[in-house]
Amino acid sequence: MSHLSYEESKKMVFKGLWILAAVTLLEVVISLFGKGHIIEGMHENTVVFFITGLIIIALSLYKAYFIIYDFMHMRYEVKGLAMSVLLPTVLLIWAIIAFFQEGNAWKSRRQQVNEQNKEQRVEPSQQEGFVPADTKRINKF
Amino acid sequence: MSTDSAVMDHHVEDDQNLWEGGKEPFKASYGKLMMWYFLLSDAFTFAGFLIAYGALRFSSPTWPVPDFVFSTAPFGIHGAPLIFVTVMSFLLIISSVTMVRAVQEGHRENKKGVAFWMFLTVLGGLGFLSCQAWEWTNLIATENMTVNINPFGTHTESGVYLNEDGSPSDETFNPGSSYLIHMAGAHHGEEHAEEGGDHGAEAHASTEPGDYPGYVINEDGYKQRKFVVQGGPNDGAVMAEAFGPKAFGALFFFITGFHGFHVFSGVMFLLIIMINAMSGVYVARRNGYEMVEKIGLYWHFVDLVWVFVFLVFYLL
Repeated sequence: MSHLSYEESKKMVFKGLWILAAVTLLEVVISLFGKGHIIEGMHENTVVFFITGLIIIALSLYKAYFIIYDFMHMRYEVKGLAMSVLLPTVLLIWAIIAFFQEGNAWKSRRQQVNEQNKEQRVEPSQQEGFVPADTKRINKF
Repeated sequence: MSTDSAVMDHHVEDDQNLWEGGKEPFKASYGKLMMWYFLLSDAFTFAGFLIAYGALRFSSPTWPVPDFVFSTAPFGIHGAPLIFVTVMSFLLIISSVTMVRAVQEGHRENKKGVAFWMFLTVLGGLGFLSCQAWEWTNLIATENMTVNINPFGTHTESGVYLNEDGSPSDETFNPGSSYLIHMAGAHHGEEHAEEGGDHGAEAHASTEPGDYPGYVINEDGYKQRKFVVQGGPNDGAVMAEAFGPKAFGALFFFITGFHGFHVFSGVMFLLIIMINAMSGVYVARRNGYEMVEKIGLYWHFVDLVWVFVFLVFYLL
């Protein structure tokens, strides 16, 4: 657990303040730029939307790295400790991909259901409550 | 002077009953290692919430635009997108920095330094909580968002708003532009700079639920303005403003509330440890104020989570 001297680490802290503040400010400016607040009409451009989104995500990950490694002193911990804390979070990559895919599926399924509801007329048996409302749709499949 | 070698020497003695076997796994004390694993599990909780937010956002055809929803600040500032939350972020960053200083003073066994920097950290945390209280109050009391009603909608077609009497006005909109559904009869002339100015006269209009020429008032008292669609498959249809995706309110209040609760409990623990430090409890332990280091880990984690809450709720 080698360390910086007291004076050096004091300097590091205030350097960290400037880095985090500057990155946060940059993120806000990029976000507002992507939303069309700085140049009119910029938000209608999907390429700009994706690129600004990716830059903001990358900057946030950098901030997270900085906080963990410098403020929480992960840099000075044993490698085993760092790995046992950081590696499990890799699972989140799977979770993000899986659940965003799921969200997209909900969206297209909802559109399908809406379209079917437009076409579909209610059967008398369903009005009287004998058959669950979903029956008709299930039969269609 | 390197103080950390001194810190290490003391760990072994202090934690002997907790950490038996003579050797510390990962060369970390029991408390510090368990704090790391607690933070890991907490990170998964927050990640679960934020991923749920992402999945629901992906599943909705429209979503409230953050730079429209979060564009008010105290002292009557309107139309200032994201400025207030940026101030909140700075407060947390600054309190994180003062926390690092407190930990460093702890390594030097400097009691006064620890107390001073921890006090500043507490102030930063309280400042953040106050800002959040204002933000919630504004959303709940002024903009009428609840856990299951989301008055922030988005247009999917272009069109023209109707006047109170049902005649077309000169207020037009394009797909993707945002609106806020107000309460009927509320004074809201200046709530949003993007809206037209002549709402002041509506204050005496009816607040009874029903279908009016220029608007619909629903059972909860929200006033959904009517508009004529221009172009597209619904060309010429008269429609009322729809509410935004329902999940937004619940997600916002639960996730920022859960984070705010972490900040609140963090402030409480900081106060307890600050008082302990001042009373000299940690001087006797002679382990470089390790308790300050542990609460420091927690406090930085709160800042770390805010980085991601800030990212998904306000920036994207």
